[in-house]
Amino acid sequence: MTKRRNLAPYLLVTPSVIFLLLFFALPMFQSFQLAFQDAAGNWTLSTFERMVASPNFHRAVQVTVTLLVLIIPIQFALAMAMALIVNARLRGSGLWLYVYVLPLAISELAAGLVWVAIFQQRGWLNSILQGLGLIETGIIWQSAESFGTLIGIVLVTEAWRATSIIMIVLVAGLQSIPDEYTEAAEVYGATLWQRVRRVILPMLRPALQVALILRVVLAIQVFATVIALAGSALTTLSAQAWVASSSTQDDNLAAAYAFVILALSIVSIIGILWLLPVREEHQV
Amino acid sequence: MTTLATTAPDAGPPRRQRSLRKIVNRLLWYTAAVILALFIVFPIFLIFISAISSRDVIFAYPKTLIPSEVTFDNIEFFINAGGVVDAFWRSVIVGIITVIVALGIGTPAGYAIARYGFRGRSGYRLIILATRAFPIVILSIPMALTFQLIGIADSIWAVAIAHTALALPFAILITGSVFVSIPRELEEAAQTLGCSPWRAFIRIALPLALPGLAAAAIFTWVLSWNDVFAAAVLTLRNPTLPAHILKGLTASPLFFQFAAGFILIVPSLIVIFVIRKYLLGLWGRVVK
Repeated sequence: MTKRRNLAPYLLVTPSVIFLLLFFALPMFQSFQLAFQDAAGNWTLSTFERMVASPNFHRAVQVTVTLLVLIIPIQFALAMAMALIVNARLRGSGLWLYVYVLPLAISELAAGLVWVAIFQQRGWLNSILQGLGLIETGIIWQSAESFGTLIGIVLVTEAWRATSIIMIVLVAGLQSIPDEYTEAAEVYGATLWQRVRRVILPMLRPALQVALILRVVLAIQVFATVIALAGSALTTLSAQAWVASSSTQDDNLAAAYAFVILALSIVSIIGILWLLPVREEHQV
Repeated sequence: MTTLATTAPDAGPPRRQRSLRKIVNRLLWYTAAVILALFIVFPIFLIFISAISSRDVIFAYPKTLIPSEVTFDNIEFFINAGGVVDAFWRSVIVGIITVIVALGIGTPAGYAIARYGFRGRSGYRLIILATRAFPIVILSIPMALTFQLIGIADSIWAVAIAHTALALPFAILITGSVFVSIPRELEEAAQTLGCSPWRAFIRIALPLALPGLAAAAIFTWVLSWNDVFAAAVLTLRNPTLPAHILKGLTASPLFFQFAAGFILIVPSLIVIFVIRKYLLGLWGRVVK
């Protein structure tokens, strides 16, 4: 009886371990081979040399990193505002949470298409601006010539689509902070900013850390939003991996791009863990 | 705390002034809440209007927010376009296979980490947590080659396997948290009354876990429905709906794109509506 009980958990996790070995560990290893070996199986960096020599690589790194660096602070500020509103006990607080969480299940591609309807030259944004008398003729938001504008419209779309995932983590974290803490701060005259800065953020640290890691890793893989909004005017690391694998059937190059994504993810995660270490005393 | 105490005012402002400030404060909160809500909801309204407007209206400029006529021409055109219906069903089926496999494998594992303290548990949990934050891009590319070797390239099975790899860590963590929230005493009581562990699980824990597991299933399905990258890499002639739309994107007219955007969003909105009560629990626990 005792022996069976000891065995049970292992039997229960075995299928998942087998699946992860076959379809997680093995592809990882194969990717590594693809990226670092030539056709004859010799270890080489020639694929990476080929990748770095291509102007597409530099464009992809530039766009991916620019989006990453700009979107993360925007999304965290927005998510924090939403989470504080949900937690502020306004009328219909359940409704606010529900509205803010709506984009959670909307895909990158769908979000891109939604904002194409808004940003296209004869689209809703220009219609509204013209209706308000702010512009004379429609602005070309999706112009291939303007890097800044294109980045801007992708940022708006990503802020719309992917803020809710951070918001819901922050709301869950906020609800675990005892009311007495923020109330005490309020009694002593702390402003909202002081409460956020000195009470809420330190106590949210574990939630923030995980939300940051999840969001940053997804942001590094940004793909369909950019293709929907900017076509080929902007490209990202994931888009280049897709092009290499699908259009040119160059799996070595695709794997090399995937490794750049992996390396960027690992560096970012280490950075987050270093900037936001979670110590025991912060955990509620 | 000491820093806060020093900033406390010596004497509070007069009562009337304070209550006025409170009202203004409230008003600011509501204004911010409404602005953010409009930012979220308004684009959904606009894609809806765009999808049900006639083509003349789509190319008209400037537009009016209330459509002069409602037509399903674009949505019909989208549905009748080559490959869309097939791609739609493929997406649905891939999602269902993903749910079945991910929960079929993930639920026992979730139960194990929730109920048993076993050697290697923390290591196993750490690996699951790490795989959850892993770029899926890196898995899809070699998978395409492997699937060619075993003869399931460009099929729903190829995409379903990739999606299961994507969803499994979440399935394990979510089902684990569902079982943690069910008191283990209930199962123990059933066992002392003569139930086998298996029977205690089926008769006691499973019915209580069912709503949470259903939410996990829906969440898993939408992970699969939303994936573009893996499906685009792994399929050629048999794409899922997002992959099909992506591949034709540069060649497709705007009214097609708007109808596509709308059709893609509808299941997402339904899913959020159905699992709205579980969202905080699902995500709140996924991050622990």
